[in-house]
Amino acid sequence: MMYSPAIIAEAVVNGLMTGAIYALIALGLTLVYGVLHIINFAHGALLTAAMFAVWAVHVAFGLDPYLAILPLTPLFFGLGYAVQRFVIGPASHGSDSNILLVTLGLSIAIENALLAGFRSDTRSLNTDYGFQVVELGPLLLSKPRLIGFGAAVLVTVLLWLLLSRTDTGKAIRAVAKEKLGASLVGIDVAHVYAVTFGLGCACLAVAACLLMPTFYVNPRIGQAFVLVAFTIVVLGGMGSIPGALLGGLFIGVVESLCGLFLGDSLGQIGIFLIFILVLLVRPTGMFGAKA
Amino acid sequence: MKNMMRPTRRSILRAGAASAAVLAMPAYLRAQSQSVKIGILQPVTGALAQDGDFGRMGAEMAIKEINDSGGLKGLGGAKLEMVFGDARSNPEAGTQEVEKMQADGVAAIVGGFASPICLAATQAAARYDLPYIVDVGVSDPIVQRGLKNTFRFAPGFGIVTGVALDNLVKLNDGAGKPAKTVVLVHEDGLFGSGLAKLMQTELPKRGFEILETIAHPTPARDMSNVALRIRSLSPDLVIPSSYYGEFVLLARTMQQQRIRPKGVYAVLNGAASNYRFVKEFPDAANGIMDCNHWYDPRNPKALELKKQVEAQGKVFAYNVPLNYSCVKLLADAINRAGSADRAKIIEALNTSTFKDHIMPYGETKFVNGQNMGAAPVNTQVQGNDIKVIFPDSFADAKPQFPVAG
Repeated sequence: MMYSPAIIAEAVVNGLMTGAIYALIALGLTLVYGVLHIINFAHGALLTAAMFAVWAVHVAFGLDPYLAILPLTPLFFGLGYAVQRFVIGPASHGSDSNILLVTLGLSIAIENALLAGFRSDTRSLNTDYGFQVVELGPLLLSKPRLIGFGAAVLVTVLLWLLLSRTDTGKAIRAVAKEKLGASLVGIDVAHVYAVTFGLGCACLAVAACLLMPTFYVNPRIGQAFVLVAFTIVVLGGMGSIPGALLGGLFIGVVESLCGLFLGDSLGQIGIFLIFILVLLVRPTGMFGAKA
Repeated sequence: MKNMMRPTRRSILRAGAASAAVLAMPAYLRAQSQSVKIGILQPVTGALAQDGDFGRMGAEMAIKEINDSGGLKGLGGAKLEMVFGDARSNPEAGTQEVEKMQADGVAAIVGGFASPICLAATQAAARYDLPYIVDVGVSDPIVQRGLKNTFRFAPGFGIVTGVALDNLVKLNDGAGKPAKTVVLVHEDGLFGSGLAKLMQTELPKRGFEILETIAHPTPARDMSNVALRIRSLSPDLVIPSSYYGEFVLLARTMQQQRIRPKGVYAVLNGAASNYRFVKEFPDAANGIMDCNHWYDPRNPKALELKKQVEAQGKVFAYNVPLNYSCVKLLADAINRAGSADRAKIIEALNTSTFKDHIMPYGETKFVNGQNMGAAPVNTQVQGNDIKVIFPDSFADAKPQFPVAG
């Protein structure tokens, strides 16, 4: 069936706004992959934990989800740092396949801890601005999702600046390229690994704060996002930050348009078609030539 | 909040002390105050935990009331003793709990909530000729398999959808037929697809035009596309059949996108007649209609229970009065049977004309296990409350249709 241009335009803009949040989640995944060369299977569970944290501080202290970015981002950075430094690192004994299994085990432990602590009820937040819209010509744009879009792009740019302009960023890139060489020039590789994992978790904390005004949480919700994030990482190029952002926006639009034309039950079909196509035609992704 | 229903250390000690006292009594004294064990099966953990808690609350209230007012009259004042089983939101666990209850020697079982749990649990109980009263489970095969032990007090899918369609026509005719076009929104599982299919065949016969049928998955991340399609079609009516989370997301997105059809008419919806939805999102919920289980708002006993539940800071969902009534129905059957013998209880249920319930039903009459006196009602969210608008004999408000934008 055909839709008016205004409806299609709105679907595209909706897709871009959802895609920016996808990109933020993919960013953490791609960063950890780029440096540690492993897929972090605990990514979805950590996102769920962050969403519950946003919900809990809102219910317990009345803290606005956007303000929760301030305490939760450093908290999750610290948490990620500690998990890599004291759990994943020591348990892996330097073998990549061990790291995979450890992160898989972590995801099971986190999910079930959340299930035990919060039970399987679906929970959501009610904020004053949850329903507000911004009128842009004929378009009615959800205000919290517009804020989410802006904040996600901002975080991506900040992360890119951090990696390209600071000493920490240079150390991370050095370890990503040549681990042995980096350690020979005096870079503490274990520390850099932990910082990278911490940054990945910090991205998830921001994403959780941006999601909660419009979304709900239950102990299994992270899985719904992480599969999409994985597709974005492959599409954008493993380890590429601009790739994650552009890939996220693109996947968001594809999902939205497929949902509009094929129905929401089939909305994700486009995402997985792209996933297969990229693997067939350009396995390195859009920005992954270096790999 | 939920902790109030859990046994505390003190209540366990108290129960322990009481049972020790019973054991210490001479045998002839014990025989007089013999109690009758009944199984209460509800999913109080897992995805359906919210509903399971409601159901258990209703059953406990009825048991306490019966015991406080002199126990089972037909058995010389014997007390009811609850054997609780957690169905853990899946049919396998429900079956296991039935086996445990059987081992514990219960006289009958009440509950189940979800259709898959009820289907499995009734079948497990049938092997022991153990009477089973289904509280909610709307799937019709539950009472169509010829199981002699299975009774459903509430209306099933067939009855509910029939009433829903009749009342939709009545609602529209009463308002001068403002609604002609319909968009169906449904979750793509067994429940939503089945309902949508039925609506697709039945609505055109009643003069409605279906513009589109929109399916969505559970869980859904986003309802923007569904809302956009509804907006571009601008139907008079939206008929949704989804679970709690998705329906709340849809209602909120429709409100945000300023989509205001003449009515939202739900059938057996997970949220539309839930006080939690009304309390958390009053603006999105306002005006929404549902055809579902509900208590009799004119029954003083029902209103008294509602007050008691709300005084504890809890929600008076339909599961509470339904389970309360089911336990009362069972107690009535045991009294008339004059025995806790299973075959006699089944016979007493088959000849039941139980009227002392708090549901908007007539006299109880079981035909092949289905209570033919049972009927759903139509509710509408009006002024931050849920009101009954149909049938007239139980209504406590007039329908607002078309809903004022």
